[in-house]
Amino acid sequence: MPIIKVANIDFRYKDIRALREISFQVRRGEFLGIIGPNGSGKTTLIRVIDGILVPEKGGVSISGSAIRGMRRRDVARLVAVVPQDFPMIFSFRAREIVMMGRSPHLGMLRFEGESDLEITRRAMEMTDTLPLADRSMDSLSGGERQRVLIARALAQEPEVVLLDEPTAFLDIKHQMEFFGLMKRLNREKGLTVIAVTHDINLAAAYCDRVMLLKEGRIHSLGAPGEVITKSNIREVYETDVLVDANPLNGLPRITLLGSTLSGQESRSEAGAAPQL
Amino acid sequence: MEKSVITPSRIARVSALLAILFVVVGGVSILTGTAGIGVAKVFRTIVSGWREGHLSLESSEQTILFSIRLPRVIFAGIVGAALSTAGVVFQALLRNPLADPYILGVSGGSAVGAIIGILLGAAAVPFGIPALAFLGAVLTVALVFLIGSRGGGVDSNTLLLAGVIVNAFFSAVIMFCISTSSSADLHTITFWLMGDMSLADGEKIVLMGILLAAGAGVVYCYARPLNLIVTGEETAMQLGVDVKRTKIVLFFTGSLITAVAVSFAGMIGFVGLVIPHMMRMALGTDHRLLLPASFLFGASFMVLADTVARVVFSGMELPVGVITALCGAPYFVYLLRTRRM
Repeated sequence: MPIIKVANIDFRYKDIRALREISFQVRRGEFLGIIGPNGSGKTTLIRVIDGILVPEKGGVSISGSAIRGMRRRDVARLVAVVPQDFPMIFSFRAREIVMMGRSPHLGMLRFEGESDLEITRRAMEMTDTLPLADRSMDSLSGGERQRVLIARALAQEPEVVLLDEPTAFLDIKHQMEFFGLMKRLNREKGLTVIAVTHDINLAAAYCDRVMLLKEGRIHSLGAPGEVITKSNIREVYETDVLVDANPLNGLPRITLLGSTLSGQESRSEAGAAPQL
Repeated sequence: MEKSVITPSRIARVSALLAILFVVVGGVSILTGTAGIGVAKVFRTIVSGWREGHLSLESSEQTILFSIRLPRVIFAGIVGAALSTAGVVFQALLRNPLADPYILGVSGGSAVGAIIGILLGAAAVPFGIPALAFLGAVLTVALVFLIGSRGGGVDSNTLLLAGVIVNAFFSAVIMFCISTSSSADLHTITFWLMGDMSLADGEKIVLMGILLAAGAGVVYCYARPLNLIVTGEETAMQLGVDVKRTKIVLFFTGSLITAVAVSFAGMIGFVGLVIPHMMRMALGTDHRLLLPASFLFGASFMVLADTVARVVFSGMELPVGVITALCGAPYFVYLLRTRRM
């Protein structure tokens, strides 16, 4: 049974049409990746699903209830978002940030009770952030901060977690750790995950299905092997890539070919070297 | 382990401590002044008065203590609490450590209102100048909102710039009024612009107290949403806050609290900027603690500043804004140089 139904969405920012005729469904417990070039509507789609932006046409429903017209509090109990990075104007401690995830479950003047503290503690345990609990957010590294933000999303106890280019500012080790953790939570807790990413290889490696967006439309949607093909990538990104199978797991792997020339040169140089 | 968890009992503990501080500072202030009423004498008479049912102070001393200095302490406390609370609100809403209660044009608007009042002789009417100052502040904030809002939403940066522009325009109007006014009015205007506490009386205190209590109550209901808004407006929405409504309620309430203080006491700078930072560094950013702490500490600070303004030159009173700026500006520089905001 689908947990998210997106039906025939059109969205425009003033005179720019950002999303057109977007329809798809996500199964409970699925890990869906959204890829596409800059300006293809990935982040807009995430914001429409979360109800931050209201589409001109069409609608989103999660667990059977329509997002449009729902109070923010009720949306926040269904959907959590892990953002790219975290602004640091006035700093909070990591535990305070995670506990903010309990906010949609509390009344206006209610304080966090025992159960909220316990849920917060468990969320931090799962993300290995308990040792950071009393550190202030601005003293944490980018990878640590992202783990705290995952913990906050878990503390919300949502049905769906949306990731909006969460690894944009992380190095490769922390990118892998981030997606590894999300995949584990997805498998073990049955959490439904939708991840926007620029990294096609990461999407191929961790997602059950991949959606490729082009100019606000769904270009293709399916298993990574079906979507991430040389011709699809050329059509959408207008860039030639080499797609082969990752020898470790058979999943598609892309290699950028902008460097083809220099690659050939260095190969021929290498070939020429022994003759000298 | 529970270090960073805010509980009602922690808020109560901190608030009680700061309330005691206010009582102590207030007591010191009541006993300090050029009339030279000795501490020992006051205590003796209060103790004996308690036993015998009446105070044995001379009536002129009673008047000074309870009809002049006590109302003034409460007045200063209300002004300090109002400005500090508004400062916390604006810094959080605008996510800007340099925001102060006057940032949305309250200062310029109320000053123009008050100066028009002074020039027209509204001082003769009870509440004449405060009423005009309040009107000026409210109209200005409404104007800033009109400029700063688009398509039903309020963008914080646009609002900030609109406030800056409106304040700049009104500064010009104020300078125009000052340069064309007589020297008698000039003194009144200058005092008003720098903050004047000498006009405290019972009626004003009751009126201000009620308005401040109502405003601070509304603000406190939004303490947790404010925490979330500090981490970003979209984040706050993702975590269930109705950001649009929260911002409109808080911008207006914050401006009204400021207008109350400014209309009665004039423009007192730096309190609303510095006190929130001091409290945030001492107690953290959680507004459920930060708001009551700033309210109480702001009150104490203002009473202290006013006491200094009263007694530092014997026979002459300084505008209290001079004291708050002289202490506040160097302290702010110290904060900038030594700590992250």
